Amino acid sequence: MIEISHLTKKFDSFTAVDDLSFTVAEGEVLGFLGPNGAGKSTTMKVITGFLAPTAGSVTVCGHDISTDPIAVKSLIGYLPEGAPCYPDMTVLEFLDFIADIRGFHGEEKKQSIARVVQQVELGEVCHKTIDTLSKGFKRRVGLAQAIIHNPKVLILDEPTDGLDPNQKHHVRQLIRNLARDRIVIISTHILEEVSAVCTRAIIIAAGRIVADGTPKELEARSRYNGAVSIQLTQEFDLYGALESVTEVVAVEESDEERRRYTIVPAAGKQIFNKMLERVQGEQWPVAEFHLVEGLLEDYFRSVTQGASLSAHAQRRERQSNSEQQV
Amino acid sequence: MNSAKNSVMRNLGIIFKRELAGYFATPLAYVFIVIFLVMSGIFTFDLGGFYVRGQADLMPFFSFHPWLYLFMIPAIAMGLWADERKSGTIELLMTLPVKLSDVVLGKFLAAWVLSGLALLLTFPIWITVNYLGSPDNGVIVAAYLGSWLMAGGFLAIGSCMSAMTRNSVIAFILTVAICFVFVASGSEIVLNAFGWAPQIMVDAIAALSFLTHFDSISKGVLDIRDILFFVVFIGSWLFASAIVIEIKKAN
Repeated sequence: MIEISHLTKKFDSFTAVDDLSFTVAEGEVLGFLGPNGAGKSTTMKVITGFLAPTAGSVTVCGHDISTDPIAVKSLIGYLPEGAPCYPDMTVLEFLDFIADIRGFHGEEKKQSIARVVQQVELGEVCHKTIDTLSKGFKRRVGLAQAIIHNPKVLILDEPTDGLDPNQKHHVRQLIRNLARDRIVIISTHILEEVSAVCTRAIIIAAGRIVADGTPKELEARSRYNGAVSIQLTQEFDLYGALESVTEVVAVEESDEERRRYTIVPAAGKQIFNKMLERVQGEQWPVAEFHLVEGLLEDYFRSVTQGASLSAHAQRRERQSNSEQQV
Repeated sequence: MNSAKNSVMRNLGIIFKRELAGYFATPLAYVFIVIFLVMSGIFTFDLGGFYVRGQADLMPFFSFHPWLYLFMIPAIAMGLWADERKSGTIELLMTLPVKLSDVVLGKFLAAWVLSGLALLLTFPIWITVNYLGSPDNGVIVAAYLGSWLMAGGFLAIGSCMSAMTRNSVIAFILTVAICFVFVASGSEIVLNAFGWAPQIMVDAIAALSFLTHFDSISKGVLDIRDILFFVVFIGSWLFASAIVIEIKKAN
């Protein structure tokens, strides 16, 4: 169990993480989302003991990071952003070094190294220096060092960044397999990844939590949840045809594609079947008809942009207050 | 308790081993050793007038060491921390279950052993002087020890300067500058320039100088105070390194 309570991290006057509180239980795969500079990496750096918190506390399986950092660090496997590794070492030398530090000896050490080499498929590059590896292999070396000691807690900062689609698929499968009886926290920009591997997602913006739930729950909060996308083959008065339907709150025309419309239902209403009946019954000139995808992305945009807007508004408010005082 | 102590030594050893192997994984160690040997040869036989002096000792060899170290040692020290920060591996290293003190000490010791190795490989000069005459080998051993301690002093400064920046060239220049202050503060020129100052101040400046302490050791006078000076000096700069790393690691 990871307990984060009122965590704040400031750099000079800039507040990267602002009074963050949440807990993660065993078996959870937590996706940590947010725009660049939202405080994702900073939070991870505090949990892993790289940065000291300005205020608040982080407890990992009962050990406080401030008072017992070595115990916490032994429990965690961490892939820092960009997967830094020592460039002059070969893959095996590097993994041997990490295994040494993690306290492995002799036969046990050999087995652990062999296991991770197989798990992340490093066999063919074992004896190459890390410097000469491709970006994808470097990332996998970083993953290998993070899981070599079968950590109770796995923290991965953008684990699939720079991987090709096959490698991404492989890494996601690996994370899913590792997730049993463990705590996994991953940060990512790729929202489909969250739906694919995470059991829970937290969206942060400007250092604060703006959403917390299962990926499905967050998707359901999008205003496009249950919306229908429709592609017409010829001019047709869609607005007129839908005017009297009370479940439909809006019909939006796409700016990117001609004759592409999105029919937005009232919150909580299902309109797909009803629309399908109309399309077939009234023989609308339809080329394509499906439920809208990318709900998480829409929800992400709505909460993160909203957060920065309200932060702006607050700041303006404060400014005007101080002006009044003057 | 005992096992805890063992594990501390163990981590120190692992860091030390990795760092030392790191020097030999690149041409750095070989270049350093070869250049060190060539330079000390030139200084001793050419500039130092080893043969012309007609004396069976290694004074010309050792007296150039402070000036040789002034440029050679910063070259191995500059990457100690700057490279870790530049490549981001510092984040990896500092999130492993290792104490910062083990890492600072392990890195320092690896660099110190490398400089010691270069120093040991100057043994042909020692053989030469023994072949040509009968020098006081006790003095020579003391001088070697003093020289190695002085190298440690330079390295400890370099460790701290390297922790200050992510650019190893800046670390090099800063180290040379600070080391120069500690070498030159004992030279006649600097001390004469402080002729106006009270004697106690001049003594204090001279007492901080590498030259003052190294001179007496290299003459075979193994004064505990000189040895203590270098030990405390190294300890202080390494302690400062740890503080600087804590403050700067996030930048």
